[in-house]
Amino acid sequence: MADGRLQGVVSSGSDIERVYVSSFAAGTHNFNCSTNNNRPCGGAHGYTCKHLDLLLDEAIVQYGADRVARYLRVEVDGEVTSARDLLRHMNGTNERMPAAIVFSRFLRHLSYLELPVVTEPVPELHWFPAMGAAR
Amino acid sequence: MLETQLSTLLDDAPSGVVETLDLVSGFDEGLVSGFARLGEERAAALTALAGAMAATPLADRVAAAAEKIAGGSVTEEHLSVLAGARIALLGAVHDALLARLDTALRRTRATWPQPPTPNRTTSAGNLFSGCRSWLTELAIAGWRGVDHDLISSSDQVLQALLADPALRRLAVLTDGLATELHAGSPIGTMERLPVRRWADLWTRALLLSQAGAGTDDAQAAERVSGRLLILGVDVHEHSTAVQIQVHGVLESAGDSPSRLVRTSVAAAKVDTIVGPALWRLLANYPVLLGALAERRSLEITDLPLLDSGDLVWQDDRAKAGDPADPFVTARVQLADAVAPAVPPLNRHPVGIAEPVLVEGYTATSSDEHSTVTFAFGNVTIPVAVDRLPSCGPLTPQLVAASSACVGLLRWDGGSWSLQPLVVQATVKRKPVVSYTGDWAMGPTDPKVAKAEAKAGDAVAVLRERAGRLLRK
Ligand SMILES: [Zn+2]
Repeated sequence: MADGRLQGVVSSGSDIERVYVSSFAAGTHNFNCSTNNNRPCGGAHGYTCKHLDLLLDEAIVQYGADRVARYLRVEVDGEVTSARDLLRHMNGTNERMPAAIVFSRFLRHLSYLELPVVTEPVPELHWFPAMGAAR
Repeated sequence: MLETQLSTLLDDAPSGVVETLDLVSGFDEGLVSGFARLGEERAAALTALAGAMAATPLADRVAAAAEKIAGGSVTEEHLSVLAGARIALLGAVHDALLARLDTALRRTRATWPQPPTPNRTTSAGNLFSGCRSWLTELAIAGWRGVDHDLISSSDQVLQALLADPALRRLAVLTDGLATELHAGSPIGTMERLPVRRWADLWTRALLLSQAGAGTDDAQAAERVSGRLLILGVDVHEHSTAVQIQVHGVLESAGDSPSRLVRTSVAAAKVDTIVGPALWRLLANYPVLLGALAERRSLEITDLPLLDSGDLVWQDDRAKAGDPADPFVTARVQLADAVAPAVPPLNRHPVGIAEPVLVEGYTATSSDEHSTVTFAFGNVTIPVAVDRLPSCGPLTPQLVAASSACVGLLRWDGGSWSLQPLVVQATVKRKPVVSYTGDWAMGPTDPKVAKAEAKAGDAVAVLRERAGRLLRK
């Protein structure tokens, strides 16, 4: 959830080397899905593809349905537990969005996980107490 | 800790602390509107800061820098000198507070060795100067004038800093500051700024980007062996970093006194990895994590111990020992263990985190446990429940139901507080002991474990993706 979009990178089901960049805009609920080389996804024509559905599902697992709904500004009545529930209340259309920016940000983000762990103390982190407050 | 000790600690602030912090605030306000447009009041604050340094070796340089900046010449060099003055003032506050604490607890503290262990020399000149010029631009613009572009202009230097593990301290700090600034943007319209906090982070980054600062030389450090008895574990975290810091007592062979030590492991992460999953980032340290989860002591052999009291952890030089109850360790060892000296560059009130045992108090909570206090007779101390990590089972509710606690004494925002690491509580009439390290090898609470299993191993999935995509 950044820049007014719920966005993510979804692995291709058929080709392990390929990934899709999928996103929903907050407010308009317009969506887009394309490969990291900016080729439009075969499945996104006016309605959402399985990558977009997966993105929503994963966001719900990670942040909870309420938070996702609030972020995207989806008006919901009743309980929301799955992507389908949310999509029922969203009627955006396919909209071109530059996948390259999202993808390069994602790669930069991933590179953090490749950094070695350090065991020399980082006293500066005393300014950053654990974030239990979110509980 | 007894009521009398606590009241000694909580008595009026040591003399001069309030006045000194006022001088610091004067400087910090300059960073809010930017040093490029320094009004009369802000300029006077710099003069006052310089005045406070009059009797120190820094006197002339600070006076000159304050005058130049007030005159509109806002250079990196002048800013660095003023940052040095600010650090010296907070160092003095730190010393006064820690002296008060040591007196109250009758804690013996080692003296800083002269000369200290040499700093490792780094060849990061360009990165340091890149970082300093970014910090200079921030100071010129002021927090209110900072925009996304200015914040992002640190990206390149930040990537390079992160790539060198020896520069992790500066990298993690700069990243944390940049992320907060992004999150607060547009800062011009932000209602309340964390003025002291951002000034702290800015000053510290400027200090760490001076050649030779902030790198410990583990190679040159003393080697120690013995039994490490764990008191508890403190967790630090921002969106792309996590550090666990274990506090313990080291019993060395021979008849040297026991020492209070810490040992830390810090990993880079992404913001979606939170809660119990954090431990998975540290999975390469199974001996340490296992001892936390099983509440065991550790037998260590030839581990470097920095003058700051930090053991530089190496999992292959440790093995699990007997079970050890943190409350027993605290009761038996805490009064006599020798506390480490604080390195000159780390003297700042935020760094104070002294382990203590408290019991026999009455816990009270309000606002659905968002505030908890411990009362000892007529003396009360606030409990820092907002510092409880989400990667362990310790909750504000448990703390509010507790009767004994091993925690860290901290000083933040002008007053002392206690951050719980381990508590003894009564839940449904049964005694339980709960501590922040309980889930180091995975959650022990079945409900949490189930949620974890459902969410899957995000760390493994993301690492696999990273390996595949980044090496294409
Ligand atoms: Zn798709």
